[in-house]
Amino acid sequence: MARFLIRRVFLGAIVLLLITMMVFAIFFVAPNDVARTLAGRQATPETIALIQQRLGLDQPVWKQYLTFLWNALHGNLGYDYYHQVPVTTIITQALPATVSLAVGAAVIWMLLGVLNGVVSAVHPRSVADRALTGFALFFYSMPTFLLGLLLLFFLYFQLSLAGFPVFPAGGYIPLTENPVEWFRHLILPWLTLALVLAATYTRLTRGSMLDVLGEDYIRTARAKGLTERRVVYRHGLRSALTPVVTQFGIDLGQLVGGVVVTETVFSIDGLGKTAVDAINQQDLPVIIGIVIFAATAVIIANLLVDLAYAVLDPRVRPH
Amino acid sequence: MAVAAADSSPPLLAVEDLRVSFRTHDGVVRAVRGVSFDLAKGKTLAIVGESGSGKSVSTQAIVGLVRGAEVSGRATFAGKDLLTMNAEELRRIRGARIGMIFQDSLSSLHPYYRIGWQIVEMIRAHDGSVSRAEGRDRAVDLLRRVGIPHAERRVDDYPHQFSGGMRQRALIAMAMALGPELLIADEPTTALDVTVQAQVLQVMADLQREFGTAIILITHDLGVVAEVADEVVVMYAGTVMERSGRRELFYRFHHPYTEGLLGSLPSEQDVRRRLRPIPGSPPSLIRLPKGCPFHPRCPYAFERCRTDVPPLRPVYGDEAHLSACWLPTDPAGREGARADAGVTAEARGSR
Repeated sequence: MARFLIRRVFLGAIVLLLITMMVFAIFFVAPNDVARTLAGRQATPETIALIQQRLGLDQPVWKQYLTFLWNALHGNLGYDYYHQVPVTTIITQALPATVSLAVGAAVIWMLLGVLNGVVSAVHPRSVADRALTGFALFFYSMPTFLLGLLLLFFLYFQLSLAGFPVFPAGGYIPLTENPVEWFRHLILPWLTLALVLAATYTRLTRGSMLDVLGEDYIRTARAKGLTERRVVYRHGLRSALTPVVTQFGIDLGQLVGGVVVTETVFSIDGLGKTAVDAINQQDLPVIIGIVIFAATAVIIANLLVDLAYAVLDPRVRPH
Repeated sequence: MAVAAADSSPPLLAVEDLRVSFRTHDGVVRAVRGVSFDLAKGKTLAIVGESGSGKSVSTQAIVGLVRGAEVSGRATFAGKDLLTMNAEELRRIRGARIGMIFQDSLSSLHPYYRIGWQIVEMIRAHDGSVSRAEGRDRAVDLLRRVGIPHAERRVDDYPHQFSGGMRQRALIAMAMALGPELLIADEPTTALDVTVQAQVLQVMADLQREFGTAIILITHDLGVVAEVADEVVVMYAGTVMERSGRRELFYRFHHPYTEGLLGSLPSEQDVRRRLRPIPGSPPSLIRLPKGCPFHPRCPYAFERCRTDVPPLRPVYGDEAHLSACWLPTDPAGREGARADAGVTAEARGSR
C-alpha cells in the first residue's frame, strides 16, 4: 500500500512538472506584450524595458522557468503582473466560490443521476425509463452556457419581471457572510452544472445497474427471500456504484480546478473565471498558478478514486 | 423406508402442466412446455437433461425467479399454488421453506459482503427477532456443520477467500439455514472436481437426513443421479421424456433419449468401449420440429414420430414409469426395436 502511494505521488509530481513546462512554452510561443500593456499608451522604450526587467521578462525563458520552479517548491507561486498580489492569495480567495459551486452541484447531480439510473434500470423499457432517458438526453445534449442563460432568462429575468425576484442574476456571497444569500445565489449555477452532469450519471448508473442486476448473486439474493428493495439497493446498487464513484471522483476533481463556463455565465469570481480573466490579460503567474492547482486537484482526485476502490471492493484490498 | 406411507400422503410439491415462454426479437421461446412431476417429503428428485432442456427454468419459474416470462400451470407446494401467490407470499417462502443453491458458487455469492454476513442476512430476512450476534453464532454453527474448518474465523472471510468447494458448502449452509422443506440444487457439483463433488453431495445427504428436506437436484451428470436420486425426470427441449424411479431408469429405461444419455456415459465394465455421444444437437425452442422433438436425433424414429407428438404414458405395465415415446410399451417390443435399430446404429458408427 505504501509503495503504491509513493509511486502514485511520484508520478503525479512528474505530471505536474510537465504541465508547468507546457504552460510556459505555450505562453512564450505566442507573442506577448505584457510590459507594453502595463506601461500605457505613451511609454518610452526605457519604461518598457524597466518593467520587463522588474517582472523578470528580460531573462531567457529557461531561466524564468527555473526561477519559477524554485519559488514554487518553496510555496511561492509568484505575484500577478498587474497588482502584485501573491498568486496563492488569488487562488485562496477564488477557491471557496468554486468549491461551493462544485460540491453543491455534486450533491444534486449524484442524487438525481443515481436515483434516475436505478429507476430506469429496475424497470427497463418502461414509461419511467423512457421518460428519464429522454430527460437525460435532453440535458446531455445541452451546452452548459445555453442552459445557464435559459435558466437566467426564465427564472431570473421573467420571474423578476413578473414580480417574483426569487433568484439573483449572479454573483457570489460567501457562506460565512450570509448562508441564506449564499444558498440563494448558488441555486441556479448549481442547477446549470448539475442537470448536465446528472444526465451522464443517469446513463452511467442505468448501464452499470443493468449489468449488475443480471448477476448470479442477485438471483441468490432473491432466492434468499430478501425484499425487492433490499435486493436492488443493498445488493445491486452497492456493486453498481463502483464505476459511478470512479467517474464522480474524476469529475469533482476537474470541477474544483475551476468551473469556467458556469462561473462566467453567473459572474461568480471562482477559479474558472479568474483563470479566464488572467488569460485575457496574459497574466502568466496567475495562469500557471491556477493550472497547477487544477492539475493537483485532478491528480489527488484520481488517487482518492483508486483508494476508494479498495474501500468499496474487498477483492482489491491487500490481505 | 416408509415408501407406502409417503405414497398415500399428498406430495410436498406437485407440478402440473408447467409452461414457461419468453418473448424475444426472434419469436416466442417456449422453454418449458407442459412439465409435470411430484416430489414427496424428504425424497430426492433428479431432473436430468442437456443444457437448454428447460430444467433450470422450470424450477426457477416455480419460485418466481424467472423474470419477463409467461408462466402457466400449477405448482402446489404444501397445499398452496406457488404460481398464483403474490410477490410477498412467495418471498416469505423463498429461503425459509424452499432453499436454493446454484452452480457457480463464486458468482452466486455477493463479492462485496462477508460469507457470515450473507448467511445472517438471510436468517434475519425471515426472522427479525434474531439479533446480529445470534445470527452470527448460527452462521458459525452452520459453516461448521457443512465442514468448513475454523468456521469461527472463516465466517468473516469474503467469498473470494474461499475455495470452490468451500463456497459451495457455504451456499448449502445458507440454503439450509432455516431448515427448508425443499431444497432446489441447480447443478451444485458441476463446477467442482470429483473428490470435492462427493464431499458436497455427502453434506447435502447428511442435511437431508437431519432436516427431512426434499431435494430437487438438477444435473446433467448421471453419475450423481445414480448416487442420490429416488426419482428421475429426464427432460428434453422443454418437456419430460421419461419419468421413473432411479433403478428403473438405469436398468429398464424406455425412451431412446435416456438410452442415448446412458450410452454417452463411460462405464466401468467396458472401459475399452468407445463413448457413444448422441448425434446432432437439441432443437431450437422457437421453431420446434413437428412430432416428437427428439426424432431428428433418434436412431429408432419412424413415420409416426415425425407427425405426432407422443404423450407421456405408462410403460412396461408400471404406472410409476412414464415415457413419451411411440415405441412399444411392453419389454419385448421395446427390446425388439432396439435389436432392429442396433444394426443401423452400428453401421452408422463404422462409416
